[in-house]
Amino acid sequence: MGESAYSFSLTTFSPSGKLVQIEYALTAVNAGATSLGIRATNGVVLATEKKLPSILVDETTVQKMSMVTPNVGMTYSGMGPDSRVLVRKARKSGQVYFRQYHEQIPVAQLCRETAAVMQEFTQSGGVRPFGVSLLMAGFDDNGPQLYQIDPSGSYFAWKASAIGKNMVNAKTFLEKRYSEDMELEDAIHTALLTLKEGFEGELSGENIEVAVIGDDRKFRVLTPAEVQDYLQEVE
Amino acid sequence: MSIFEYNGSAIVAMAGKECVAIASDLRFGVQLATLATDHKKVYKIHDQLFIGLAGLGTDSETLSQRFTFKHNLYKLREERDIKPSAFAQLVSATLYERRFGPYFCQPVIAGLEPDGTPYLCGMDSIGAQEPAKDFMVAGTATDSLLGICESLWRPDLGPEELFETVSQALLSGQDRDCLAGWGAVVYVITKDKVIARTLRGRMD
Repeated sequence: MGESAYSFSLTTFSPSGKLVQIEYALTAVNAGATSLGIRATNGVVLATEKKLPSILVDETTVQKMSMVTPNVGMTYSGMGPDSRVLVRKARKSGQVYFRQYHEQIPVAQLCRETAAVMQEFTQSGGVRPFGVSLLMAGFDDNGPQLYQIDPSGSYFAWKASAIGKNMVNAKTFLEKRYSEDMELEDAIHTALLTLKEGFEGELSGENIEVAVIGDDRKFRVLTPAEVQDYLQEVE
Repeated sequence: MSIFEYNGSAIVAMAGKECVAIASDLRFGVQLATLATDHKKVYKIHDQLFIGLAGLGTDSETLSQRFTFKHNLYKLREERDIKPSAFAQLVSATLYERRFGPYFCQPVIAGLEPDGTPYLCGMDSIGAQEPAKDFMVAGTATDSLLGICESLWRPDLGPEELFETVSQALLSGQDRDCLAGWGAVVYVITKDKVIARTLRGRMD
């Protein structure tokens, strides 16, 4: 590592106290397709646009939602390949924990460990930060939870949040529509309405992805047919 | 001579109605020489979870320190105490890490799950778990201990009866073993408290 011309860290402080590479990573995130999550009283819903580069792409093989453990799943906005690395690491963290304790990892712990990985890539030599923000949804003994993890490695728990291209409008919409006593079904409808706000064209089961986790504590990606049914309810 | 019989120990744990008891002898010896009579082999992890470690004394102490270390970090991270079933898995994984150069210890884990259900588990020195609903024994006096536990144990004993049963079983069991004895310490764990009692038996 010492010999390489790129052995210095790309995230060195600027005079104004910023880490410019992280700022640029956030820009990459904000160029990505919108994703959002809403935490209800009895579950969490994640929804994302499936922005495909061409109509020739087989959309049934594109999956932005990933299960990490049976009770935790996540989605992203930004660079798909970067998200795959993080999903892999998060899945491994979940299994390592299960090996140690024979219990599913609590959502907060998984979030912390994944965020720690992202932070490492802002302080190591020869690497760049991840170009994704993650929305992690899970249900454990502390109830339903939604976390957002940024390229810097900072994370927050949210009642509802949006990331990616249309996040500003989506968040404004969510601020108005969110209520503390929302149940999962209402949250799904609200999520679809929020996505609809910034979407160019017609929403369908093929160009968006929705995943839920209810009080059965099982993360599940809805089938295109189910998404279509919810879309019809929302009309 | 077996390495498990170098120091000598006797541990017994029993489950009652929403309570568990775990007890050990107090002898610390090196083969035939007795060097101390106040050496407990039961360690507290938290108020509702205890682990008894039979076998080589130095490994018992080291393991108890490692488990305390792991639980302290667990508490800081998860902001809660570890459940007995999760702790048993942790102990098993820790022991198996040393599969080809093991700790010469046999753990007995006794505790109450968060909902109050008793939890009992024994293990061999490389982490094979043996859960139990009634009693679990370990150490150099297991033959006698198993016999007397089988006779004395009944289901749904209350804390006071459980204490009597565990005490009688341990004192009788360790009498016939020259390497374990010199008194006993008994912990009875219920939802709201733990009572520790020291017993005086045959001091030989």
